[in-house]
Amino acid sequence: MPKLKVLLLTGRTIDQGVGRERGKLSEEYMKSVAIGEIDPDDMKRLGISDNNNVRVSTDFGTVVVRAVKSKSTPHPSIIFIPYGPWASLLMNSETRGTGMPTLKGISAEVEPAPEESVMTVAELLKKHFKKG
Amino acid sequence: MPVISHVTCPVCGDFCDDIEVTVKNNVVTDVKYACAVGAARFLNYSNHRQTRPLMRKNGELVECSLNEAIQRSAEILADASYPILFGWSSTSCEATRVGLELAEEIGAVIDNTSTICHGPSILSIQDIGISSCTLGQLRHRADLVFYWGSNPWSAHPRHIERYTMFTEGRFRESAWKRYVARIGGILTRKRLKRAVNLLLGRRLPPQPEGGQGLPYTLLRKERKMVVADVRRTRTAEAADYFIQVEPNKDYELLQAFRMLIRDEQLDVEEVAGIPVGVLEEVADVMIGCELGVLFFGLGLTMSGGKHRNIDAALSLVRDLNQYTKFLIMPMRGHFNVTGANVVSTWQTGYPFAVDLSQGYPQYNPGETSVIDILRRGESDAALVVASDPVAHFPREAAQNLAKNPLVVIDPEPTPTSLMADVVIPSAFVGIEAEGTAYRMDHVPLPLKKIAEPPKTCLSDEEILQRILLEVRKMRGS
Repeated sequence: MPKLKVLLLTGRTIDQGVGRERGKLSEEYMKSVAIGEIDPDDMKRLGISDNNNVRVSTDFGTVVVRAVKSKSTPHPSIIFIPYGPWASLLMNSETRGTGMPTLKGISAEVEPAPEESVMTVAELLKKHFKKG
Repeated sequence: MPVISHVTCPVCGDFCDDIEVTVKNNVVTDVKYACAVGAARFLNYSNHRQTRPLMRKNGELVECSLNEAIQRSAEILADASYPILFGWSSTSCEATRVGLELAEEIGAVIDNTSTICHGPSILSIQDIGISSCTLGQLRHRADLVFYWGSNPWSAHPRHIERYTMFTEGRFRESAWKRYVARIGGILTRKRLKRAVNLLLGRRLPPQPEGGQGLPYTLLRKERKMVVADVRRTRTAEAADYFIQVEPNKDYELLQAFRMLIRDEQLDVEEVAGIPVGVLEEVADVMIGCELGVLFFGLGLTMSGGKHRNIDAALSLVRDLNQYTKFLIMPMRGHFNVTGANVVSTWQTGYPFAVDLSQGYPQYNPGETSVIDILRRGESDAALVVASDPVAHFPREAAQNLAKNPLVVIDPEPTPTSLMADVVIPSAFVGIEAEGTAYRMDHVPLPLKKIAEPPKTCLSDEEILQRILLEVRKMRGS
């Protein structure tokens, strides 16, 4: 499977905002947040198309999200994941004395994950928090 | 059917106050003037709410009475030796005031969401100072609007329409018609190109970008917008000029602008991926404006450099004021995150990350900030009000939050409430409960009550007062 070294950015999207207002446990929220916006040329390099699943890994965690062709192009070697439980699994809690963890511009690796599914909020909480 | 006008929108830091809401039989049936997110809040809030208090028994969250939930919450907080009280940005100032009283009573750390939002901006403002103003001033007077590391089209959807480019100011015309004409031109060019490609049966090479100087609109004496970001966002599409910064290079670029504005030479060909020639032209536009404003977002606070990026941005604006009038404002996220900072500062002297465990306020972000405390595993209980840290904190911090006794006050189920030991559902502030909130420019506005909450749901302020009362009873104070 091809792998791509990227920088991971997180942020808000209008769909994330609307999905959040439909409920954090709603399908709309998951559809708007459990995604990775990837540059179309990078998608070609990875051999994937819209809505294929990809595994994103950093030194601090790994998560499977749905790949979406980015509209904010060009941004080669950059993947954008909206704020939410899926992006948070990839973040380092080290703040280097500022109180603020680095949530944008993190080194990551993306690879196709055709056999894996995107976890729901309930599955994610059960796996990583072992409560509920 | 009652139509309620001038409703404030309890979503983002713009805190729009012109919303019109139609309520029939205690149900919101129509919303006018709100953005997509605001409309979604008013129309959906009652569809996914929690109405009964919950308590964890044998590993499962089960329904309980409000009195039981208040009692158990008070026990958890009173028994803890180093509890955290977190959230506050999506509730009223009145609730935050009670939260601070509770923090003092139990010797807690009280922190708000600015700790993972504009906390670095606050640190930097304390060091450098800030030349800022209200949004009304900018609406009427600003002729150069700079968004840096901020995408208001997505995060503050009415910001451009209400306060900057697309609003009709007293001294500045709206740029809306110009924008529509420009987008029309772009679409026509795309269609023509597609038609030519079809006719010729081959692809015309894309036109090279850049190298043609700045667009003429930036040189005219009218309102103009420049966006600096790492991706060409929807906001960037709307701008007169877009500067695509290489990730984590904002500090270099801001300092380069400072040098150019002071007429110093840059001995490199490009900075952060932008040719120096372009930077010189943009610097001239900055100096040449009558009133400029730099709005900055989390693209600066969350990237490498953090508060040092803000140091550079604030210093750039300070430098520009030697030549023209320039202002700067952080794009605050939640509708009352500014209020959380303001109330915390009134009460303790510090805007966030306040440690009251010694009986007096201590403030040292990096040590007393909630992410650092959780990373070190020092806290032994937490109260979360109107926030969802389990979804938004880095995993290690969120795991340490969830492993200790956790009380959540929130109107709706969230990943954090699912991890809680006690869940107390509250009224939606700004819809079912009144209060006060501060817009991003520090203007306080009232939160309106437009519908009745379920009988089982009190306001955040009332719930906190009842917990405080119980804690005081337990402690005999």
